[in-house]
Amino acid sequence: MFRETAIKEIEAIREQYPTARAALLPAIYVAQREFGWLSPEAYESVSSVLGVPRATVRGVATFYAMYKHRPMGRHLVQLCTNVSCMILGAEKLVDFLKNRYGLEAGGMSSDGRFSLVIMECIGACGTAPAMLVNNDFYENLTEKYIEEILEKYR
Amino acid sequence: MERVLLKNIENPESADINEYKKAGGYKGLPKALGMQPREIIDEVKKAGLRGRGGAGFPVAMKWTFASADPKFPKYLLCNADEGEPGTFKDRPILEKNPHILIEGMAISGYALGAEYGYVYLRGEYPGAKDVLNRAIAQAYEQGFLGDNIGGKGVRFHLAVHQGAGAYICGEETALIESLEGDKGQPRIKPPFPVNVGVFSKPTVVNNVETLSNLPYLIEIGGEAYSKIGSPDCPGPKIYCVSGHVERPGVYELPMGTSLKDIIYDHCGGMKAGRKLKAVIPGGISTPVLPPDKIDCPMDFVNMPKHGSMLGSGAVIVMDESVCLVKVCFRALKFFEHESCGKCTPCREGTGWLRKILGRIEHGEGVDGDIELLLSVAGNILGKTFCPLGDGAASVVQNFIKHFRPEFEEHIRAGKCMVNG
Ligand SMILES: Cc1cc2nc3c(=O)[nH]c(=O)nc-3n(C[C@H](O)[C@H](O)[C@H](O)COP(=O)(O)O)c2cc1C
Ligand code: SF4
Repeated sequence: MFRETAIKEIEAIREQYPTARAALLPAIYVAQREFGWLSPEAYESVSSVLGVPRATVRGVATFYAMYKHRPMGRHLVQLCTNVSCMILGAEKLVDFLKNRYGLEAGGMSSDGRFSLVIMECIGACGTAPAMLVNNDFYENLTEKYIEEILEKYR
Repeated sequence: MERVLLKNIENPESADINEYKKAGGYKGLPKALGMQPREIIDEVKKAGLRGRGGAGFPVAMKWTFASADPKFPKYLLCNADEGEPGTFKDRPILEKNPHILIEGMAISGYALGAEYGYVYLRGEYPGAKDVLNRAIAQAYEQGFLGDNIGGKGVRFHLAVHQGAGAYICGEETALIESLEGDKGQPRIKPPFPVNVGVFSKPTVVNNVETLSNLPYLIEIGGEAYSKIGSPDCPGPKIYCVSGHVERPGVYELPMGTSLKDIIYDHCGGMKAGRKLKAVIPGGISTPVLPPDKIDCPMDFVNMPKHGSMLGSGAVIVMDESVCLVKVCFRALKFFEHESCGKCTPCREGTGWLRKILGRIEHGEGVDGDIELLLSVAGNILGKTFCPLGDGAASVVQNFIKHFRPEFEEHIRAGKCMVNG
């Protein structure tokens, strides 16, 4: 079950909407942060705080790409490969992440340091290729630059 | 033209309320509060403001429907889902000029009689979420949001709702479903959101850029605003340019600036002087154009006459190093991934198109594949629940229409002319 602080946080979010159900997406984000991923316990917790059936929580959560249904590495690398990034070399960067860090699309590095998700457009097309690491944008990527960036994430 | 929407964004503190005010902000709202709601809608009508989210729908018309509905409360939703590939025009407003959006929403809320607003923000913009939340808190402190705006007893409350990575949630009825805590699957229309929207109440959904036009529009008046840019479709417009140009980025220009001028003047022409091969002018769902068709005014009225659409104003420029079969294939991978699965032609059709394009791209295409693509596309077009399916089908049709020999060569030679 959630810690007390997380319950308080969800209750505060709930206040922003006329229905409890509308707080579901933000509550799932809280659960993901608290549990690291959407474990059965995470679903159960959201379900009991908002009074929404567990199957509904799961049904909604699995629709969205940013909810994680398996344990994740300590840092989340989200690399865009949509057209603007692709025509400026994003695919080579996918290969680079694989060869250099053992990171496969949708997978985790064996040391648990990184998870990689291949993204549709992340809105950084003018400075492509681009990625997000956790909450930070990195743009105009090259292999060398990626190495420098990932050094910072241990 | 002096910038309106992206004014002052070079200032590192531009997102702060006091910097926004110093740069002339929060002038439109007090003026609006001195007018009757009906008068505001009339100004917007005179201005000829069209929605910047992609479809170019007249803003005043949507507002008139919603304000005429007797049900309360009404809701104003800002569409900050910005998922159309190639699009990054709302992001600088959200991250660097959030108060212009908040002021615009407060004006719209007053005009509509809407007391509650949400910004539906895509999950991929976590930085913008923090900026917006801080800006909203500042606006409450200074009385631009709350129960007694400008001391006039006007109520408008605003919160950010974060999406979770689904392109379809940019479609307004899917956005509403998602805001209500459900899967983002579009609703049947009618009823339209202006009558039965979020929480079953009258709801206006407008794009970030659309709403950000309001403070300036009200400040200078609809008449003066209508003189900016294209007479058919006036106002400032943010074009976002990516791909093989010297200076990609966001450009706020008068609506109707020619696509050619955007590429060759504003963006400094093709990167390293290479040759232009193709342009997608308004985000990936809009029809691709060959180099001889780019002398066209980029607005909602004129682009359709030139064989494409303004869409989100996201210009993707491609030089000769690009294989267009591959681009088309990548686009369909996107549509297949983002199809919400609600209706069969789109759910199945996008997958079929992706598979056929994939085998052509990988040198395994067979005779008749082009006809097969066109037949599948034809069976999607006009038969889907929402425009996502149509977008996917028309992408395939237009790539083949303008670049058929490249597809034929792939099939004939079993390999790519560009990448070997
Ligand atoms: C598949 C699909 C995706 C869309 N994505 C967006 C989007 O990301 N942002 C947006 O403002 N409008 C998007 N729209 C358009 C919205 O449905 C709606 O028309 C728009 O938000 C209305 O605002 P406007 O009148 O200010 O343009 C999308 C439409 C479709 C069909
Ligand atoms: S066209 Fe596609 S995205 Fe739209 S409702 Fe049908 S399946 Fe969903």
